[in-house]
Amino acid sequence: MEFHMTILVGILVTVAVYLLLSRNMVRIILGTAVLSHAVHLLIITMAGAGEGSVPLLRESDGPYADALPQALILTAIVISFATTALLLVLAYRTYEESGSDNMNTIRRIDRE
Amino acid sequence: MNNILVLPMLLPLLTGFVLFFLRPSVKAQKIVSILSLLSLVAISGRILLQIRVEGIIRLDFGGWEPPFGILFVGDSFSALMVLTASVVSTLIILYAFTATERRMENMFFYPFAFFLVAGVNGSFLTGDMFNLFVCFEVMLLASYVLITLGGGKVRLAESMKYIAINVVASWFFLVALAFLYGTVGTLNMAHISVRVAEAGQGPLLSAVAVVFLIVFALKAGLFLYFWLPGSYSSPPGPIAALFAALLTKVGVYAMFRTFTLIFYHDEFILGTIIGTMAVVTIIGGCLGAIAYTDIRQIASYNVIIAVGFMVLGLAVFNEEAFKGSVFYLIHDMVIKGILFLIVGAMVYLTGKTKITEMSGLIRNYPTLGWLLFLTTLGLAGIPPLSGFIGKMYVGLGAVEGGNYFLLFIGFASSLVVLYSMLRIFMNCFWGETIINREDQRLFPARRLIPIALLGVLTIGIGVGAQALEPFVSDAARVMANPGLYIDAVFGEVES
Repeated sequence: MEFHMTILVGILVTVAVYLLLSRNMVRIILGTAVLSHAVHLLIITMAGAGEGSVPLLRESDGPYADALPQALILTAIVISFATTALLLVLAYRTYEESGSDNMNTIRRIDRE
Repeated sequence: MNNILVLPMLLPLLTGFVLFFLRPSVKAQKIVSILSLLSLVAISGRILLQIRVEGIIRLDFGGWEPPFGILFVGDSFSALMVLTASVVSTLIILYAFTATERRMENMFFYPFAFFLVAGVNGSFLTGDMFNLFVCFEVMLLASYVLITLGGGKVRLAESMKYIAINVVASWFFLVALAFLYGTVGTLNMAHISVRVAEAGQGPLLSAVAVVFLIVFALKAGLFLYFWLPGSYSSPPGPIAALFAALLTKVGVYAMFRTFTLIFYHDEFILGTIIGTMAVVTIIGGCLGAIAYTDIRQIASYNVIIAVGFMVLGLAVFNEEAFKGSVFYLIHDMVIKGILFLIVGAMVYLTGKTKITEMSGLIRNYPTLGWLLFLTTLGLAGIPPLSGFIGKMYVGLGAVEGGNYFLLFIGFASSLVVLYSMLRIFMNCFWGETIINREDQRLFPARRLIPIALLGVLTIGIGVGAQALEPFVSDAARVMANPGLYIDAVFGEVES
């Protein structure tokens, strides 16, 4: 299980880095979203995915799964949600102001 | 009862929410803001004094004892940072009252400034690694909004870069946390420290340490500072001042916390990697400060030099140097606040940004000019101003540790800082007057007072260093002996 998850995380990071390095703003934002998914998967893998039962007393005699990483991921998901939403709005505003969604064009505005 | 420990984060957070509902009345927003900020300063001062009496205090949320729950830990270091951050943000927001455009005040400028302060104070006080990440994000999300507020092509483009770089940095933070949790199985800083010490800092933990170093270096502008000058020079005065005074310092604080408490075993990372990064940062910052003619850029590069200098203390790694770094952190929050406020005011008054385009301002705005001169001396570390004492202790520490090269770089940078600042002072304030007395924009006393108060504060810290010394020594002692922090976290707490 961990082995497959690690490979999946690797693929997701590859995709995200590819997207992040492009010039199109929306692609960059999608890249950050994929990147955060990759790290969420990484956290859950780190704590041992698929081992143990539900961490509720009396449901089973254990060993229980570690519940903490799930709490961590939940927090991280909310944060990445907020950041992605903000980035999308910002990208739209930037597009409205500068008439371009290409980072190279936007950078040139900056130098003038 | 240690519940007071949560107030530096809780109070600004609640104030921020209240301010959302006070949107129609800017006046009510201002009254609530100032009351909240003054009580924040009082609370931070009380926490500092309580730590002086009782030693390190902690607050376990929900009664979950460490290492299971999230907790806030207040030692002298964090309390000093919280107090300074509170005082400086009070004065900056006081300045913002008169300097912020109406449309920004209506678009929730104050609530987000408070969220920023909440995130900053939370980062200083937390004793949990994941909580540190959350507080960082609170602070960053507020800063994303503040940097974009008001719009305009250039600022939106700069914001895009700023946010993208910070999202990637946060991603690295999560990666580091995942590996750390997978390796030591805990997130409580003191507990991590114990387990790292038990297991020995092997290759895996050293790799985790380096990832943390990258994260904090990105946030603090240490070595990886390429994003900083652009982002810090685009927003208006008060926002830039808040950023320069608080944001990078949180990164530096986090670096000190993790590398003195947790990853202090590996001398190669501490001495060689961090030392090299600090030296390169100082040199790069110096080049930038001399090369640019835009005063906002020069000020931003001065932030970078200061970050490099503070981290020198970490690279030297002895108690004397820590003491210097803590003094310098306090000094730097104050002085960067005043510097960015003055620079923002100059840009506002003249409508120009380059030193070649301004001249003779001293005739128009004499007080502002002399305040800039005071800032210049403070930045360069001339006694009796606040920069001197920090530089002296870092220097003493470097001599004690035999790091003469670091000592040389650190002190040589002071000269460059002095030169870069005098260049602003002489070009902009001396020479032919370009603005007629009749045409000059008004710079009311209401705006001057917060800047002057910050100026008084930098003299006060320099002259009153004796009074501050016991707190700073205590902070340095805890950093040099991580056992004290760990004992306080795992000790009994009376409730």
